[in-house]
Amino acid sequence: MSLLNDPRWGEALSHLPDYLGNHVRVSLAALALGLAVSLPLAILTRNRPAPRAILLAFASIVQTVPGLALLALFYPLLLLAASVTLKWFGVSFSAFGFLPAMLALALYSMLPVLRNGITGLNGIDPALIEAAKGVGMTERQSLVMVELPLALPVMMAGIRTAAVWVIGTATLSTPIGQTSLGNYIFAGLQTQNWVFVLFGCFASALLALAVDQLLGLIESGLRNRSRLGAGLGAIGIAALVAATLVPTMGRTSSGYVVGAKTFAEQYVLSALLRDRLQAAGLSATARSGLGSSVIFEALKAGDIDLYVDYSGTLWANQLHRTDIKPRAELVTDLKTALAKDNITLLGELGFENAYALVMPKKRADALGIRTIADLAAHASTMSIAGDYEFFSRPEWAALQKAYGLQFRAQRQMQPDFMYAAVASGEVDVIAGYTSDGLIAKYDLVALDDPRQAIPPYDAILLLAPKRAGDERLKAALSPLLGKIDITTMREANLRAAGNDATSSPDAVATWLWQKVGGR
Amino acid sequence: MPSKLAISYRNVTKSFGPLRAVDDVSLDIAEGEFLAIVGGSGSGKTTLLRLANRLIEADGGTITVEGEDVQNVDPVALRRRIGYVFQSGGLFPHLSVADNIGITPKLLGAPAAEIAARVDELIELVQLDRASHRDRLPEALSGGQRQRVGVARALAAKPRIVLMDEPFGALDPLTRDALGEDFRELHRKLGLTTVMITHDMTEAILLADRIAVMRGGRLLAQGTPSELSTSSDAYVLELLRTPRRQVERLNALLPQSGAP
Repeated sequence: MSLLNDPRWGEALSHLPDYLGNHVRVSLAALALGLAVSLPLAILTRNRPAPRAILLAFASIVQTVPGLALLALFYPLLLLAASVTLKWFGVSFSAFGFLPAMLALALYSMLPVLRNGITGLNGIDPALIEAAKGVGMTERQSLVMVELPLALPVMMAGIRTAAVWVIGTATLSTPIGQTSLGNYIFAGLQTQNWVFVLFGCFASALLALAVDQLLGLIESGLRNRSRLGAGLGAIGIAALVAATLVPTMGRTSSGYVVGAKTFAEQYVLSALLRDRLQAAGLSATARSGLGSSVIFEALKAGDIDLYVDYSGTLWANQLHRTDIKPRAELVTDLKTALAKDNITLLGELGFENAYALVMPKKRADALGIRTIADLAAHASTMSIAGDYEFFSRPEWAALQKAYGLQFRAQRQMQPDFMYAAVASGEVDVIAGYTSDGLIAKYDLVALDDPRQAIPPYDAILLLAPKRAGDERLKAALSPLLGKIDITTMREANLRAAGNDATSSPDAVATWLWQKVGGR
Repeated sequence: MPSKLAISYRNVTKSFGPLRAVDDVSLDIAEGEFLAIVGGSGSGKTTLLRLANRLIEADGGTITVEGEDVQNVDPVALRRRIGYVFQSGGLFPHLSVADNIGITPKLLGAPAAEIAARVDELIELVQLDRASHRDRLPEALSGGQRQRVGVARALAAKPRIVLMDEPFGALDPLTRDALGEDFRELHRKLGLTTVMITHDMTEAILLADRIAVMRGGRLLAQGTPSELSTSSDAYVLELLRTPRRQVERLNALLPQSGAP
């Protein structure tokens, strides 16, 4: 199958109205807000060096915060703000998706607008400002009739830079729940769907170029005092907004929202849950690619209705427990604890997706390593790789303590690349996931944990507080409980890791249901 | 002097930090008079001019314009009724010649048709070509043409007083001479009161009725050229010596009859 007639292009295209529409809305809203704040600030501080320096320093600092981190920071900030407004004024708002994305992106747009605005206004020949005063202009008239028109080219250059930055950075708003063209990129990276990754990159690049050119048209129109040029540019921007609004206007958002974290297993499971709800006659959509710290809060706040999490993750991250209990006991305790927040732990799916130290089977056999305790003797000459959060998780501390592990080096990696890296010998050991299909594919082995340093990680189905009494929902989901064993999930994950059309999360979810539903 | 005063300075002072830019200056300018203020750089002559339309505010003393204390007049309204010609034109580069000339009437709220007619009238008055200059941007004009636009802009709202800050300083000698003569003619025809700053004593003698000499913020002398020549101040006499020496040298170098 050639790249061009790959059916995944069609699948990617079918998401475009939704992803592009949301992307355009959040970007332009952020840009509009950024301009509404930055331009007046630039004008107000143009003759005041001290506040101007503070403002520019602030904007520069914001700019040095990586886009993903800035977006992620706004989520807890808004959660806090929402709880405060609820307490004081009795109104709450969603700290999920559009609002944090828009605010973070607006902040991100400030530096180029401020810097170019101030530079443009300060770069005007003082003799001209004197002349404006001399012919009888008030300060406001001087600003509007002389200073702003003369600073316009420099200011517009800043606005165009901001627009391109915001549109590019908006792809990172997927993990905080804002649908964007980043959905292609995040999903594509996780499920090794390069068609999606390419599609997402091209789409956001084209959008950035288009908006930049339209702003350029407005700029040259304003500079040449041509109403036609400026009007065409403005119409273009308006048409872009309208075009992205229309397809999503008619849609109702009143269905169930199934959340998914940012890895392939989660994409498959959310597709499976969505399909089950739809089969039961309930309208449902999947909201994929949510950050693992965002997703639980989103469930608690009711922004999503259900998702699959893992018992050990919540045990450590939400209950802040460091002790380890047997599988069933841990789930029971967790259920009681979550019930205090009105969150329903509906039940286990049947498999565990725990962290495990994984290495090539041949090498393990050659060195006589079967357990982590065996590994400890060789660790000082070996390197280890883990996902982005592993080395800061309590499990890693527990492992080091229980077995006295000291590796020569440790690296962080995109989870999907770890298995290939350990198979090729680039690293010696990885902190993999027990349900990952790649363990079998690359002939790797998960080492035993005789001292039980790693807690159990049962896949559990969670329902939002507002769905606690929803019997139709529970009935639709109950056929899945206890049905997915580790072998089945590994095979599903291996399918999802493939790089062809049958490996899309939707296709794997269908396969998975055929495998477990009939039984 | 029997005629009314257009501008009057009474014991006016202005400092910039430790620098006394204008130091206790008293000076009267009669209606219809053409006064030149002469002095070197840093003499305070530009500051003195700008105090009259409150581009700069005085520290002490009184300034009256047409009998009114400028402190009691709204500075924006004051500037709109006094024409001002800037050193290097001060034209707005993003506005056409016509829009530059019509700016003050526009600020005063004149109807568009009236402004257009006035602009055409002024383009003729300053001897520019309506067809080829009206809609150009200032950058497309020569230095002399730009300064003619500057003069037209200053006259647009029909002021009775015109202030000029070294208006012809940056022009080549021929253009400068022609422009000076033309303006002197406008001054007479329109019955203006003109205050012109220059560092060139020859220009001052040729154009102005009276000359005021500034140095170090103080007014050293004022009067007609012949009155000044009787001054006892060494600096004033030195300033007057320059044009005289030039005349003597020119007379020596050029044939007396002037026929080529």
